[in-house]
Amino acid sequence: MNFTYIILIPLIPLAAFLLLGIFNQKIKPAVSGYIGVAGLLTSTLLSFYSAYQYFFVHGKVDGVYQTLVHKTTWMIFTDTLAIDMGVLVDPISIMMLIVVSIISLMVHIYSRGYMKGDEGYTKFFAFLGLFSFSMFGLVLATNLFQIYIFWELVGVSSYLLIGYYYTKNSAVAAAKKAFIVTRFADLGFLIGILIVGYYAGTFDFETLNNPEGSAILNWASTSFMGLSVLTWALILMFIGGAGKSAMFPLHIWLPDAMEGPTPVSALIHAATMVVAGVYLVARLFPMYYFIEDGFALNIVAYVGAFSSLFAAIIAITQTDIKRVLAFSTMSQLGYMMLALGVSGYDGHEGVGYMASMFHLFTHAMFKALLFLGAGSVIHAVHSNYLKDMGGLRKYMPITNATFLIAALAISGVFPLSGFWSKDEILVAAFEHNKLIYGVGVFVAGLTAFYMFRLYFGIFWGKNTQYKHAPHESPLSMTFPLIVLALITIFSGFIHFSEYIAPDRIGFEAHLNIPLAIVATVVGFTGIGLAWIFYKKENDLSVKFANAFGPFYKWASDKFYFDEIYMFVTKKILFNGVAGNIAKFDKKIVDGTMEGIGNKTVVVSEKIKGMQSGKVQDYAFAFIAGVVIIALVFTYLWTS
Amino acid sequence: MDILSLFVTVPVLTIIALVFTKGLKQARIVSMVGSLIQLGMAINLVFAYFKERAINDSIMVFTKDVVWFEQFNIHYAIGVDGISVALLLLTAIVVLAGVFISWKIADLPKEFFISLLVLSTGVYGFFISIDLFTMFVFYEIAVIPMYLLIGIWGTGPKEYSAMKLTLMLMGASAVLLVGVLGIYFNSNADGGALTFNIIEIAQVNIPFEAQKLFFPLTFIGFAVLGALFPFHTWSPDGHASAPTAVSMLHAGVLMKLGGYGVFRVAMYLLPEGALHWDWFFIILAATGVIYGAFGAIKQKDLKYINAYSSVSHLGMVLFALLMLNKTAWNGAILQSLSHGFMTALFFALIGMIYGRTHTRDITKLGGLLKVIPFISAIYVIAGLASLGLPGFSGFVAEMNIFVGAFQNEELFYRVATIISVSAIVVTAVYILRVVGIMLMGPVKNSEFLNLPKVTWYEKTGILLLLIPIVAMGVAPLWLSNMILASLEPFIQGVL
Repeated sequence: MNFTYIILIPLIPLAAFLLLGIFNQKIKPAVSGYIGVAGLLTSTLLSFYSAYQYFFVHGKVDGVYQTLVHKTTWMIFTDTLAIDMGVLVDPISIMMLIVVSIISLMVHIYSRGYMKGDEGYTKFFAFLGLFSFSMFGLVLATNLFQIYIFWELVGVSSYLLIGYYYTKNSAVAAAKKAFIVTRFADLGFLIGILIVGYYAGTFDFETLNNPEGSAILNWASTSFMGLSVLTWALILMFIGGAGKSAMFPLHIWLPDAMEGPTPVSALIHAATMVVAGVYLVARLFPMYYFIEDGFALNIVAYVGAFSSLFAAIIAITQTDIKRVLAFSTMSQLGYMMLALGVSGYDGHEGVGYMASMFHLFTHAMFKALLFLGAGSVIHAVHSNYLKDMGGLRKYMPITNATFLIAALAISGVFPLSGFWSKDEILVAAFEHNKLIYGVGVFVAGLTAFYMFRLYFGIFWGKNTQYKHAPHESPLSMTFPLIVLALITIFSGFIHFSEYIAPDRIGFEAHLNIPLAIVATVVGFTGIGLAWIFYKKENDLSVKFANAFGPFYKWASDKFYFDEIYMFVTKKILFNGVAGNIAKFDKKIVDGTMEGIGNKTVVVSEKIKGMQSGKVQDYAFAFIAGVVIIALVFTYLWTS
Repeated sequence: MDILSLFVTVPVLTIIALVFTKGLKQARIVSMVGSLIQLGMAINLVFAYFKERAINDSIMVFTKDVVWFEQFNIHYAIGVDGISVALLLLTAIVVLAGVFISWKIADLPKEFFISLLVLSTGVYGFFISIDLFTMFVFYEIAVIPMYLLIGIWGTGPKEYSAMKLTLMLMGASAVLLVGVLGIYFNSNADGGALTFNIIEIAQVNIPFEAQKLFFPLTFIGFAVLGALFPFHTWSPDGHASAPTAVSMLHAGVLMKLGGYGVFRVAMYLLPEGALHWDWFFIILAATGVIYGAFGAIKQKDLKYINAYSSVSHLGMVLFALLMLNKTAWNGAILQSLSHGFMTALFFALIGMIYGRTHTRDITKLGGLLKVIPFISAIYVIAGLASLGLPGFSGFVAEMNIFVGAFQNEELFYRVATIISVSAIVVTAVYILRVVGIMLMGPVKNSEFLNLPKVTWYEKTGILLLLIPIVAMGVAPLWLSNMILASLEPFIQGVL
């Protein structure tokens, strides 16, 4: 069972990045597009091959999926602590390889059309390569430090791609915000890693996650402020995950990140990088589950549930179609988090874990599809705003059809993929926590509503008069839409529970008919309301919004979190702390030194009679003085 | 001539050759050749060191000892371990890059290059010395040319800055000299003769009372050069007025003397003093780390930003040294090297930007990525390296420091560590602020639309500095192993 060839999956995009980055000026745009696509295609084929090898040929020993690790030492800290670099092959890393490679390949193909004629075409493909490399490295990480390394690298790729249109001030600000907010979260992650390293003595996932290992068995041995130190570590690491996955209250960067080119939003800010937080919790799931009876895992559940509700409410009020999708992403990520949070470990108990990964997979596909569809629309009408759209179904049949499929899937309509994965999440929540289940069902309704508000607003609704008649996008853009739509239609039928379970054995998942009916009814209610409000132009939606009074305004202003953060960073940290430190440094610290200097001048004025003008005298006086001081001190302190 | 003495002989010969040159062209060629030979020697030394290390397990290798001043038992004693070998390599690279960056220096080129090489002679001598007195002499040789380099070739309030820098560093030297003499006069505590030899003194049990007294003097004396808070204020003004190559050498190499001296002299010779004063200097160092980072946020002058950034990054070096374990020390040395390359690169880039736009005020700049893409892209990379992005040297160094610092279990250490770790966020803020304002956004000034392109000598200088940053960041193990092996005798001294 040798999976070392998997190392090629990240290395090929890296090679593409280096090639395109270094010879940026010398490569023709058309060629650079092909280099990018060819690289990713190879990685995708390898991912599928490894998935086949793992799931159907080698992976299972005695009915349990094995964890296979190939690694080499990269950096040595102490006798026991080191950073290894390598690949870890297990069901979720293989699944992530599939997700990342498919989406990345589709986005590469799509970008050849979408970015056509752009000045930085080659640079764009270079950055995509860098991102793909980092993301593959992240999912294959064998230990906490390796995941942290690639975690930072995906962060910087995201920064570079959000700020891709770097002459636009809003894009620059958004890129900076995304990086700094996630860096702040990563501070928690890093401290968590340091704690784990010190108290558990290793960074290796295999050792840490072993239910019979010392990290899990001895969690109670050291505590801090009433909680096990490892619980603290898990909470801190979750902060890192929450930053990347845009969980409340670290979500503020994600809507702004929509300043990046739309294919980037699809790849990074919908399907892959933002699920890194979910993946991290899943990766450490045994630790989260066993340590302190899942104290940290409960936090994950509640933060996830709250974020999912919070974001769904905001999504209803947004008018920029990409921002609707961004909040929708945040909401769905919350769904995945809450599914992990309510999961058990053995057998069917692990349904939450399985559902989370299942939903991660299906969501990646239909959300990427939604973003790419939105990109296709934006490409056609040159605007991000709903007010500039309407009636587009006549002009863009393929975009319309695929967008509809994705919208139905995210709303949980049978038999599309979203139906199946959402159902499993609700089953898990229902079995463990009725409150969270209630939130989940309500959010499902909201999701269907805002999604169809969006759908009708773009493709139906008012008949906007366009200056230039919009037209369907070229094949390079519609092809990925069709592929992703097909995956969205059929991937619900994959039996995830046979492949992915916390205990690695797998179980039989059954459709819970009553819960499925409840979810479906709620979903159709949402769709129905949207139909009434938005299918044809009318003022019902305005009346409806007014019924909520100021609450609507709060939601549409995203509950003022941007303003709160702005106040803290700009007023308190930037002007308050940094400004005062700058003044303090100039006036007090430097002032003191200057003062000493000036006093010296005054004193020297008085004693300048001693100046003989002979260098030898000075040298003598200086050395003699120093020697005398030294002798005196030595005498005083040693006698 | 032995392999180490060449390190001071070659620059001296280059200086002599420079005296006979005429005009810029000759001066720069001679300096370039001299520095190139020096770099070749440094690279050769790395290989020779590994070969020698395999058969020789004494603390210092390639040692040589010549009596210099018999009366006080002063020797010209030299020798290197993995740490000094690494720092010699750093110096050779930065000096060569500095020569390339000064390719078009207009005023008094000959004198400029001579001063530059005098400075580098002092630095090389300092790193190879194992005799305290010789070390101190080289230290002064390195520091004094700064006055001329800033005072003559500087910009802005250069006399003021030169004076301030020199006085503060000289003040520190005086304190340091007291410390050094204190060590010397206690080196017979076990009944032997008075000696300046570091290796010999390390075997002596200097009385605790003396250690308690002389540790802070030695520490502060060296650490002022390493921008220890609150003695760092010479650095922003000094750097702002200094010409590019001088800033590069000063921040890239000279400031490293501080950390190196603290490590080699203060901590190695006065370990009990170090344990006693640990807490106090940890407070100063950790304050410096976060204070420097916050200080950089509000600055507008690129050089001030980089100077405060140095206060933060070098505060990390001192902080790591005070953590008193191998991992953190390894991190401290790596951070010294990493900061040396990065800050030299930053100053080089700032010099290139200033040379083209005639301003270092970031609020007057904007959209430079559009007009000088190569320089701007490298600036972004340098910025990312500086904020500790994996794949660059800073990450490796910082992670060693953090993991090392975390080995100390007491709450005091934990708090200090977390304060230092949080600098990674503040650093991101001030770096991305500059990148956002200066490099991105629309082009602010239409005069900037026709800035000259990057030249071959500028590119050479940049690549010389960038390659080690990436090499250390991608494959840190060989360097880290070389340093770790050399830390063994030191850690035994302290514990």
